[in-house]
Amino acid sequence: MAEYKRPTSEAEFQENFKQKNPLMNDTQAYYESSRCLFCYDAPCIQACPTHIDIPLFIKQIHTDNVTGASKTIFEANWLGNACGIVCPTGVLCEGACVYNHQDVPPIQIGRLQNYATNKTINSGKELFEKGEANGKKVAIVGSGPAGIACAAELSVMGYEVDIFEAKENPSGLTVHGIAPYKITNEEVLKEVKYLQDQLKFNIHYNSAITSKEQIKDLESKYDAIFIGVGLGQTAELNLKGENNEGVVGAVEFIEELRMKHHRVKVPKSVVVIGGGNTAMDAASEAARMGARKTVLAYRRSKDKMGAYGFEYDLAISAGVDSLFNVTPLEIVGNGKVEGVKFAKTENQNGELKVNMNNVFIVKCEMVIKATGQAKQGHFYDLIDDLEIDKRTRIVVDDKTFQCSNKKYFAGGDAINGGAEVVNAAYDGKMAARGIDNWLNE
Amino acid sequence: MVDLSINFGGIKAPNPFWLASAPPTNSGYQIMKAFDAGWGGAVWKTLGVPVVNVSSRYGSVNYRDTRMMGFNNIELITDRPLEDNLREIEEVKKYFPDHAVIASLMVESRAEWEQIIKDVENAGADGIELNFGCPHGMCERGMGSAVGQEPEVLKTIVEWVKEAATIPVITKLSPNISHITDPGLAAVQGGTDSISLINTIKSIVGIDLDSYAPLPIVDGKGTNGGYCGPAVKPIAMHMIKDLAQHPEISKVPISGIGGVETWRDVVEFILLGATSVQVCTAVMHYGFGIVREMEAGLRQFMEEKNYSTIYDFAGKALPNVTEWKHLNLKYKVVAEINEDKCVGCELCYIACDDGAHQAIALSDDATNRIPSIIEENCVGCNLCSLVCPVEDCISMVKRDDGTEHVTWDERTQNDDIPVTFNDDRAGGKGHYVPLPTDALKK
Repeated sequence: MAEYKRPTSEAEFQENFKQKNPLMNDTQAYYESSRCLFCYDAPCIQACPTHIDIPLFIKQIHTDNVTGASKTIFEANWLGNACGIVCPTGVLCEGACVYNHQDVPPIQIGRLQNYATNKTINSGKELFEKGEANGKKVAIVGSGPAGIACAAELSVMGYEVDIFEAKENPSGLTVHGIAPYKITNEEVLKEVKYLQDQLKFNIHYNSAITSKEQIKDLESKYDAIFIGVGLGQTAELNLKGENNEGVVGAVEFIEELRMKHHRVKVPKSVVVIGGGNTAMDAASEAARMGARKTVLAYRRSKDKMGAYGFEYDLAISAGVDSLFNVTPLEIVGNGKVEGVKFAKTENQNGELKVNMNNVFIVKCEMVIKATGQAKQGHFYDLIDDLEIDKRTRIVVDDKTFQCSNKKYFAGGDAINGGAEVVNAAYDGKMAARGIDNWLNE
Repeated sequence: MVDLSINFGGIKAPNPFWLASAPPTNSGYQIMKAFDAGWGGAVWKTLGVPVVNVSSRYGSVNYRDTRMMGFNNIELITDRPLEDNLREIEEVKKYFPDHAVIASLMVESRAEWEQIIKDVENAGADGIELNFGCPHGMCERGMGSAVGQEPEVLKTIVEWVKEAATIPVITKLSPNISHITDPGLAAVQGGTDSISLINTIKSIVGIDLDSYAPLPIVDGKGTNGGYCGPAVKPIAMHMIKDLAQHPEISKVPISGIGGVETWRDVVEFILLGATSVQVCTAVMHYGFGIVREMEAGLRQFMEEKNYSTIYDFAGKALPNVTEWKHLNLKYKVVAEINEDKCVGCELCYIACDDGAHQAIALSDDATNRIPSIIEENCVGCNLCSLVCPVEDCISMVKRDDGTEHVTWDERTQNDDIPVTFNDDRAGGKGHYVPLPTDALKK
């Protein structure tokens, strides 16, 4: 049973999509920061993909040096504000907090991080500046977290940076692909603007790179090129009836929701296919948009889901029902979706078998496919000698993030097939250092 | 059956919880409210000469999430008219005849002392406390700590007071002095009936980083204040002990003051020889209701230990507070980590390695965050057990068999002390320390 009423206004939408990690106030930050033990060789630092000196920034918050705290955060992670909000901290820094061993709630590191950086961003206080021009230019394809992090790091080192972005906004999936109850567009965009104001890298919007000529042009004008193109649209399921009206990809659904809020129409019954974090988000969002019945369908058992436990719990708490060990056979409908035909699956010695004797239809008016995004293979084909692995991920050196075509570097979802914002932020920063090393060899 | 009542140098009270002479005892209203809440006595905010107070008077030291761990003030003695205070003393005594109302006094000349003593006696005060401690403002006018720091002057004034007074006299001492026994002995020699201590400690609690002025700020400037609150308790306890162990001074009762906030503080003060306690900062922080916790805790402690009055255990810790030279050099403890409780913060490791004796090692296995004690390097300093955030995780375990007992004093008498650093009897000889360059090895 759904617990949410269909939102008909922005206010109702905001109510249904209340921020999961709301901004801390000064008093909350004061008390929370006082709890940090300042562990030696702190496990939270090790658990953070960008290795932020967490005990240090928490101590700085507590001693009323919020600017210093923000500097500590940004120096390790250019998307420190967004990451403070959207990081799955329960499995990263907060999951590593030693308080967990005492059954004491871990320090709310993500919220403290967001508290500090938000304050600094809002104050407009500039912490960084563009380095003295070194006469070198780098092009970045994609302004997602990997591209922004790479641009910021390069700018500090004195590079002239041009980002080419296909869409009209920066930040990639942080703006377009994260559930609205996790972060607002304003929060993401103001961080990018804050960085851009100080570091002066250029972002060219509505500037998709789609032809060999454009690639040749970039190669001739820039000393190095960073690929931060992420992933593409939702992959096809190749099912009968997939073209029926009402069948959407999760990425497209979430993007529309983030842009249009309550103006998106979600019908009464929705089936979400998939078992990853995106599936959980999509299901949770459908329920929050007032769907009376949202069913999450996954082909294996609950414990095999790729999604984090807390993401699943969040979907369930929004009123989502789940259906495990089922695989879709067909989207039923005649022009419009009427349901999904499923068959039960069985795990036989680790192999997934479809039981065609157990087939049934779940009626619905909308199907959200959260079964993975297509890779940007067509884009990679434009670049000479770019090595791609079997799963269409760009192959890079794990330290320098340099591609087989030496002029290129890459990071984010394009090399890992889909991970967190924080991973992309790390890749971008490290790739910038890789570029700098390579150009100064 | 626990009986908390006391007779403190001739001043009777239903319990040993008294309010110190300070802002909470500025008026009859406050003192009546306090008695109603459970306090057994109150030392009225010091009466004396006319004063003018400044605006902005208190400063605070906050530590982590604890506010007012330390507190200071630059407020002077009462600025209310003497006749108002005297009238209110009389009224309080009418409502609370069995509670102790003590008038704190501070004036200059002998005639002034004689007059004001007569005034408070007429008002019905149960005792007098001589304020020889105030370390700001009043001392600049030759009173307060200016007297407390001059034992001879102090003794003379006590003598004047004792000659004039018919009610018991408490002499309140300043801690702003090298040896507390000097003014303590002077007070006893002057004939005081009892002693109270400590008054506040001269302090600067903070500097404002924008105006560069000390806290509390009065129009861009500040002055030293008197420091009190939980932070000063260890200093107070040491001074109480010094007086309580003194053969002459210990003949008079001691009212302990300085950072008392909980029943534990009260018990500790009594164990060091105090037979009444005075409280100010805790009340300024939490209100008079804080006394409920003190009384309940003290009663609980006394019931569990089978004491019927506080005199049953007053001073009970004093025989165990000795000089360093009488400590057993053969006693040996080492740290032990309970691996089941350890949460892997590694604070013990870094505290020992950076701050003590390099006696804790980390595991070579990066996934194992439980440190281990290098017992041959452990000097039994306690540091690791003090920094450990987990209750009962690191304990100090006795390693000697208890059969040997040698003190520095005994060794000195037996001419058995090291005279050179190479002497095998020298303490640190042969003790492991890493090479200086080991510090730079990653």
